[in-house]
Amino acid sequence: MTDALSPTAERAASSKSAWAVLHRLNMTTWFGVAIVAALILAAILAPLLATHDPDAQNIIMYLSPPGPDNILGTDQFGRDIFSRLLFGARYSLTIGFLAIVVALIIGSLIGMVAGYAGGRTDIILMQIMDVVLAFPSLILGLALVALMGATLTNIVIAIAFTAIPAFARIARAGVMTQRDREYVQACHAMGFSNPRILFRHILPSILPEIMVMASLWMATAVRTEASLAFIGLGLAPPTPTWGGMVREGFDNILSSFHLALFPSLAILLLVLALNLIGDGLRDAIDPRLKDAS
Amino acid sequence: MRDDAALSVKDLTISLGRNQVVHGLSFEIQPGKTLALVGESGSGKSVTSLAIMRLLPDRIGRALGSIRLGKQELLTLPEAQMRKVRGGRISMIFQEPMTSLNPVQTIGTQLAEVIRIHRRLKGQALQEAVLDMMRKVRIPDPEERVKQYPHTFSGGMRQRVMIAMALACNPSLIIADEPTTALDVTVQAQTLELLKELQRVTGTAVLFITHDMGVVAEMADDVLVMRDGREVEHGSVHEVFTRPKSPYTRSLIEAAPSLVGKLGTDTKAAEPVAELPIAAGVEPLLVVRNMTVQFPVHGGLLGRVKGAVHAVEDVSFAIGKGETLGLVGESGSGKSTIGKAIINLAPLHSGNIEVAGQAVDYRDRKSLALLRRHVQMIFQDPFGSLDARQTIGSAIMEPMRVHGLQTGRAAEERMEWLLERVGLDPARASSLPHEFSGGQRQRICIARALAMSPQLIIADEAVSALDVAIKGQIIELMIDLQKEFDVSYLFISHDIAAVERICDRVAVMYFGEIVEIGPRDDVIGRPGHPYTRRLLSAIPITHPDQRATGTRRAPDAAPPRSPLKPLDYRAPPARWARASDGHFIRDAS
Repeated sequence: MTDALSPTAERAASSKSAWAVLHRLNMTTWFGVAIVAALILAAILAPLLATHDPDAQNIIMYLSPPGPDNILGTDQFGRDIFSRLLFGARYSLTIGFLAIVVALIIGSLIGMVAGYAGGRTDIILMQIMDVVLAFPSLILGLALVALMGATLTNIVIAIAFTAIPAFARIARAGVMTQRDREYVQACHAMGFSNPRILFRHILPSILPEIMVMASLWMATAVRTEASLAFIGLGLAPPTPTWGGMVREGFDNILSSFHLALFPSLAILLLVLALNLIGDGLRDAIDPRLKDAS
Repeated sequence: MRDDAALSVKDLTISLGRNQVVHGLSFEIQPGKTLALVGESGSGKSVTSLAIMRLLPDRIGRALGSIRLGKQELLTLPEAQMRKVRGGRISMIFQEPMTSLNPVQTIGTQLAEVIRIHRRLKGQALQEAVLDMMRKVRIPDPEERVKQYPHTFSGGMRQRVMIAMALACNPSLIIADEPTTALDVTVQAQTLELLKELQRVTGTAVLFITHDMGVVAEMADDVLVMRDGREVEHGSVHEVFTRPKSPYTRSLIEAAPSLVGKLGTDTKAAEPVAELPIAAGVEPLLVVRNMTVQFPVHGGLLGRVKGAVHAVEDVSFAIGKGETLGLVGESGSGKSTIGKAIINLAPLHSGNIEVAGQAVDYRDRKSLALLRRHVQMIFQDPFGSLDARQTIGSAIMEPMRVHGLQTGRAAEERMEWLLERVGLDPARASSLPHEFSGGQRQRICIARALAMSPQLIIADEAVSALDVAIKGQIIELMIDLQKEFDVSYLFISHDIAAVERICDRVAVMYFGEIVEIGPRDDVIGRPGHPYTRRLLSAIPITHPDQRATGTRRAPDAAPPRSPLKPLDYRAPPARWARASDGHFIRDAS
C-alpha cells in the first residue's frame, strides 16, 4: 500500500517537502514500510512463491505440523498453510486498500463541503456522520455484510462505510482552518469559483493530514476484514482469507495450534506495520505543518 | 567602562548553529537611561535581548563575550540563579500584549503571581501590592479590573498590565521588545508617555528594541543601530539624529513622515457646504455612494438579530483615473472593510458602487466577473495571501486563465513579463513562495494583481508588514507601475509616512465614517477635523529636539463610541464644510 500512497503524498506537498518528510521518517517507520512492502510483494508473487496449490486438498497429509514438505504445516483438509497465507494476503490487502480509498474519497468530499459551506449544510452532514460514527465499526460492518451478502464488493463497501466519518471529520477540520486564511480571500478577490478554491488551493494543504489518517485506518480496515471473516462473514470458503483461516484453525486449536497461529501472526504483522507507518507519517508531517504556519 | 552601568555588554558574539548572527557588540546602559536598539528584522536585535536573558535556544544558541548586570556576569551564571535574575532584576515587555497574557487567568492573579514569586508577599499585602501596581500604570478602577480577564482589556490596557508586571519587582533593567508596534498610534503615544514617566520615578534602565525611528526620537537617550548583526552607528540620540554618520541611519530617519505639523494646523474658518461633492474635477474611475456595511449581531434564546455592528456608515468618495486615494485611520475604523466591501468580500448593506462608469450589481454574476477584472487587491501579509503550495508562476497565471484573458504560451509570456516588471527574475517562476523574502513576495502579489490589467488596485496595508527600506522600494515600485499601467490605487494604511509618499488625496476614517477628505498636503499638513489632528499629533516626533514641545498631545476627549447599534438606528445626516479646494471636513458636533 505504501507504493500506492507515496505518489499521492508527493503530489500533495511539493517534491521538496515530500523529500523532507521522507527524511524525517524514523527507523521504526521504515521497519513498517519494509514489512508492508514485503507482504505486498509476497501477495503479488504468490503463484511463484507458493509451494502448493492453496485449494488443493490432500487428505493423507491433514493436520501435519510444520516440516520439510509443508513449511508451515497443513490444515484439516491437508491444504498447505504457507501457500494459503500468500494467497490470503491478496484479499486482506486488496480489501483494506480499496475500502480506505473509497472511504477517503467520499469522506473527504463530505467533510470538505461541510467545512467550506458551513451553516446548515455543515450541521446536517456532520450529524449524519456522527450517527454513523456512533456505531462500533465491527457491528456496523457486520450488519451491512449480513444484509448485502459476503461478496468482495460488499465487504469493501461495508468497511468503507464505517471509515467515512473519520475522513469527513479530519477534512472538515482542515478546511475550516484554511477557509478564512488570507490566500483564500485573495482567491475570492480574483474571482475564482468555489470548487476551484476548494480543490485546487485548499485540498493540497489538507491532504497530508488525510494521508496520515488513511494509513492508520488501513490497519483498522484489515482488522475489520479479518474479524468479519472470523465470524463467518468473510469471503466464502474455500477462498483463503486470514480471518477465515484463524476460524477454521480454532476447531483444532488444542491438537494443532499452528493452524490458527500463523494466520493470526500474519494479521498482527500487517496491522502493526500499518500502524507504524501511520504513526511515523504523523510525526514527520506535524512539524512541517507547524513550519508552514 | 564605568562601573556604575546597569547593564554592560562587551564583545558579545552570538551564534545559532553554524551561523554567527551577532558580531562583537558592545554597549552599556546607565541606570534611568534608555538605549534604543534599532534595526530591521533579522538584524540581530531580538537575539541580543534573548542572550541577555540567557534564553537563546538550547543546544544551538551560543553567546560569547561578556554581559554584566551591575557587577554580576550573566553569561557564566548557573541556571538556578539566572532564574532569579529573570523577572526579578531584568524583566521584559513583549510586542504582543494579546498573546503574552494568559487568557484563562484574571489580571489580578497574573500580577499577583509575579509579585509573590519575586517579592514573597502574601495575603493582604499581596493584594495591596497588586492594586498599587495597577494604579501606577494608570488602569482605571483597579479594584474592579483585577477580577477581570485579559480579553476584556483593550490592546493598550493589556500593554499597561504587561508594564505593571515588568515593573512589579523593581527590576534594574527592562527589555522592551517592540512594545508599541502592535498598537494604534494614539495608544502608542499614551503608552510611551507612561513608560517614560515610570522610568523617571523608578530609575530603571531600559533597553528599547524597535524599528521605528520616531519612537527612538521620543524615548531614547542613546541609540545603537544594528544591521546584519553588526553595529552600524552608536551614539547619543541628538548626535545620531542631527549628524547620522552612516547612510543607512540616514535612510531610516528620512523614512519618517515629513508633512506632519509642518504647515500649521489652523487656517481660515471652513465654510459649510450643502452636500459633499463626491467626484470633484477628475474623471472618476470608482465612485462609492453612501456605502454602509453592517454585521448582524445575534442574541437571545432564539438567536434573533438584536442589532448590528456598523463597520462602515454612509461613506461616499471617488477615485479618479490614475489617482491614489489614501484611507487612513486606526484599527477598527472600518477602512479595511470598505476595501473588502468593494470587491464583495464583506456584505454591502446599502449604497451604490460604480466602476468605470458602470454600476456594480453584486447579485449579477456577469457584473461581478467584470468587477473582478477591473478591481484587484493586495493584502497585508504577502505570504499568507499566496498559496504556499503553488509556484509563483502558476499563481500569477491562474487568474488570467480562470478569466480566459490569456492561455497557454501567451499567459506564460505575460507572466514572465510581469515578473520582470516588478523586478524579479522570470527564471524563478517555478519557485514556491517560501523561497522568497517578504519584499519579494509582495512584488509577486503585485504582479498577480496586475495580471488582469485592472484599473483599480486596492492595497490593504500592503506595505505595513515590511521593513523600512523594503517598504520604500515597494512604494517606489507601485508609483512606477501606476505611471506605466495608468492604474488607480485605493491605499488603505495606518502608516502616515507611506500614505504621504504615495497618495494624491487622503480620507481619514473614524468609527466607520470619513471625517475628512482632501488633497494630501491639505489633510496632513492642515488638518481640520479634531480627530485628524489628534491622530497626526500622536505620530512620534521626527527629531529628539521636538521633545521639548511638551503638551502637544490633546487628551482623548470623547469616550470611544460603540459601533454596535440597535436595529432601527439611522445615522444622522452628515454636515460638511469646505476648507479649501477639494478639502472637506465633517462637522464634528
